[in-house]
Amino acid sequence: MKSYLKYLGKRVFYMFITLFLIASITFFLSQLLPGTPYSNEDKLSQEQIEIMNEQYGLDKPVPVQYAIYMGGLVKGDLGTSFQFDNTPVSKLLSTRIGPSLQLGFQAVVLGTFIGIILGVIAAMKQNTWVDTMATFFAILGRSIPNFVFAVLLQLIFAAKLGWLPIALWDGGFKSSILPTLALAIGPLADSARFVRTEMVDVLSSDYIELARAKGLSRWVVAFKHGIRNALIPLLTILGPMAVALMTGSMVVENIYAIPGIGEQFVKSITTNDYPTIMGVTILYSAMLVLIILVVDILYSVVDPRIRISAKGGD
Amino acid sequence: MSTHDNQLSSNEHTKFSPDMFEQVTASSTEDNEKISAPSLSFLQDSWRRLKKNKAAVISLGILAVIIVLAFSAPLIAPHNPYTQTSGHISLPPKIPGININGLNGTTKAGGTEVFDKYAQMGVDEDTYYLLGTDSLGRDLLSRILYGTRVSLIIAFAAALFDLTIGVTYGLISGWLGGRIDNIMQRILEILSGVPNLVVVILTLLVLKPGITSIIIALAITGWIPMARIVRAQTLKLRNQEYILAAQTLGESSIKIAVKHLISNLSGVIIIQTMFSIPSAIFFEAFLSFIGIGIPAPFASLGTLINDGYKTFQFIPHLMWYPAGVLCVLMISFNLLADGLRDAFDPKMKD
Amino acid sequence: MSNILEVKDLNISFDTYAGKVQAIRGVSFDLKKGETLAIVGESGSGKSVTSRSIMRLLSQNANIEKGQIVFDGKDLVQASEKEMQAIRGKRIAMIFQDPMTSLNPTMTIEKQISEPLKLHQKMNRAQSRKRTLQLLELVGLPEPEKRMKQYPHQFSGGQRQRIVIAIALACNPDILIADEPTTALDVTIQAQILELMKELQEKIDTSIIFITHDLGVVANVADRVAVMYAGKFVEMGTVDEVFYNPQHPYTWGLLASMPTLETATSLYAIPGTPPDLLDPPKGDAFAPRNEYAMKIDTELAPPMFKISKSHYAATWLLHEDAPAIDPPQEIKARQQLYMKKFAGRHNDGGEQ
Repeated sequence: MKSYLKYLGKRVFYMFITLFLIASITFFLSQLLPGTPYSNEDKLSQEQIEIMNEQYGLDKPVPVQYAIYMGGLVKGDLGTSFQFDNTPVSKLLSTRIGPSLQLGFQAVVLGTFIGIILGVIAAMKQNTWVDTMATFFAILGRSIPNFVFAVLLQLIFAAKLGWLPIALWDGGFKSSILPTLALAIGPLADSARFVRTEMVDVLSSDYIELARAKGLSRWVVAFKHGIRNALIPLLTILGPMAVALMTGSMVVENIYAIPGIGEQFVKSITTNDYPTIMGVTILYSAMLVLIILVVDILYSVVDPRIRISAKGGD
Repeated sequence: MSTHDNQLSSNEHTKFSPDMFEQVTASSTEDNEKISAPSLSFLQDSWRRLKKNKAAVISLGILAVIIVLAFSAPLIAPHNPYTQTSGHISLPPKIPGININGLNGTTKAGGTEVFDKYAQMGVDEDTYYLLGTDSLGRDLLSRILYGTRVSLIIAFAAALFDLTIGVTYGLISGWLGGRIDNIMQRILEILSGVPNLVVVILTLLVLKPGITSIIIALAITGWIPMARIVRAQTLKLRNQEYILAAQTLGESSIKIAVKHLISNLSGVIIIQTMFSIPSAIFFEAFLSFIGIGIPAPFASLGTLINDGYKTFQFIPHLMWYPAGVLCVLMISFNLLADGLRDAFDPKMKD
Repeated sequence: MSNILEVKDLNISFDTYAGKVQAIRGVSFDLKKGETLAIVGESGSGKSVTSRSIMRLLSQNANIEKGQIVFDGKDLVQASEKEMQAIRGKRIAMIFQDPMTSLNPTMTIEKQISEPLKLHQKMNRAQSRKRTLQLLELVGLPEPEKRMKQYPHQFSGGQRQRIVIAIALACNPDILIADEPTTALDVTIQAQILELMKELQEKIDTSIIFITHDLGVVANVADRVAVMYAGKFVEMGTVDEVFYNPQHPYTWGLLASMPTLETATSLYAIPGTPPDLLDPPKGDAFAPRNEYAMKIDTELAPPMFKISKSHYAATWLLHEDAPAIDPPQEIKARQQLYMKKFAGRHNDGGEQ
């Protein structure tokens, strides 16, 4: 247990190193970005630009700017947006994180839940038409880009059938259905595929045969002995899944006009709003690093082999 | 022992001709060791399994057709994909010899009335746009052909980078092990803490937009999974007995790495490459869709979908055709990659 | 003694990409109450397939082509999956080869042992806990009270095999199938597990089918031995009969390749490899490796010849027209030993 705490401490330490490096790289990359951040640059006189540079601290040498930025970061200050009425980036993002988190959470829960069911059924009915259908469905989900899927959903359920709003975010459940579906397709396909592979592997293991030899039926064996062991590794794809959701949210939030982080990010990119781009970058990285850490801890909670014998280092 | 008594056949006391009991020398041993199942090399065996996978074979065929069509775009495209013909804006598809509404140059106005848009716009009788034109009067089919070519070039180039960087990194890390491996792993760990789309987007903002920038941006992040897999496999193989045997026999480290590892790693490398191609196609389309991909007037599948999305409410086919091509490409690559994975790793399936 | 199990003319094939592999080609045997039957053979001879077919735990590409497996008056070949579930673990139980992989890594030992108890004997938690403790004591696991709450990775290979044995014995099965239970273990641990099996034989009246490729193990634990080659039984008899009066050249080869204290010169190795069962030979499958092969061996598969009430062998050498041959020196020595022993027994019998 002690060695495990030590190991955890090490992981947290690496997490902060990672974040520090990401923030630094982001900062210096933003220095490389072409052009000035002012959209109406042509109309500004040299003097006005200098005044504005001073206002944003852009007149100082780069190392000083870097120190100021990193210092602010520690206090949770991500700088000030060049656009959007000079709102502090942290404030801008905090108002927008709600819808993104809500959609992301709903999509992960729905996607993995259906994905697990599909994966388990496919593995149990291995090499039958049920398996083929489930696998093909998973491949469809993985292959169709979520922006195409999002538009398709919009066309069918909003425009043609008129069951759900086209793009009217009011924070309610109804307006979140279509974007959630569009986002869930990725996690669904990934987890279905992953669970099937793991389950097939687990089902062919010796302890499953032993459980069968005890007189348990195939499905009971699958549920009592198989699923737990097949699902533990599913935790490892939560990280990549979160990344896919971030990617997905950019287009899906745009298509459904949802005031979330993704939509903000795309807007910032097209308006050269560097502080906001940097802020989102750091926010995304922090979320990803945190998720990886949480997955690691969860792993040791659900897998007794790691719980006891966790080694330091790797 | 009732079980056996009924099995004791009458043979026991049957008379056989005496020569039947002559001894024969056991010289037929060699004959016996002949194995009637054909013995297959690893690649042959994988190919045999792949051929049995119908979905993978069909995908391979579809991909071959798409790739050939896309790369011969300059030869077969019916129109110049960049020429904007102001008189030919937003024409519906018109296919010679087909007289079905929607495919013969007709379109609906106000939801009901069908009329010939080509005639209305004063387009020549023998001008055909097989998939219609976009809002700038460019031929959609030609743009899709060229766009597919761009998407494929980006995907193949990015996959090639993933392959070279990832395999090299993974091999070095896994083969040398120890401290170097430890450091290289830490670097990987930190790199994978950055969401790759963020890196891609930042890179694209720094570089001048274009095909090369997208390839570089995709290559910067794409090699990490490859490096991971190759390292893991190398570690596993390194401790296997035949590598040890080769070392004991005095083969040099490099020679072993090349001979044994590459041949044994080829499976995972091919599979991983096959998965990185559709992922690159997707990323390119995604970047173009959010507007930081290929700059106009060049087309990729992503920009075509983005353009189509803008007029989606009125002329849906402008989005559906490129989106369809994109989906077919993605599905085929994924099915083929899945098939290859099953073929190389028979444990994964049956 | 009555038969608890009768296997009659069992034929099993496997579908593979290359064709049908005839893994079991007419196997017949019976198992008496309380006895231990060892099935010996090299890998691929079909011994594991035979045992799994009794549990009906064959892989999906396996077909039982013909034959019967009569257990307690019921043909298991015809039994439904439901009926088999009621038999598995309760009346026929199995011990597997590799204890490192045959326990569920994410379930405590207690849960895994009590599973069949709850399933078949409808025990509640307290009852099953009591029985679990009892079983762990029976198989000689120290500190059962504390250790049953642990997970498999906290046990050594030998301990895990003891746990697997405890699971198999949970419901007092009529038949225990041990599929190479010691193969994956260290030699010293092997001896301990064998010792345990012998102890258990005395404590419980379960019939045991002991599958092994190691003839040395057999002498210790078995009452009867069946030698298997290329999907068939080639010789079957009591331990004494098979060890000291072997009739089949394959058995001779196996015995000669087993090191004994007297082995002075190099060990004997049977030349060649087993036949390919995709295309089984029409004659005696062992003929190509048999230095005593006769012409008839290549043309007609030998039937089981009866040597005594309990001893059978499938070789044409036992046909009345077969020429007298000179078995290897080592076998002759064994046979002489057997003659003495056999004569001795007769005398014992006479005195009583």
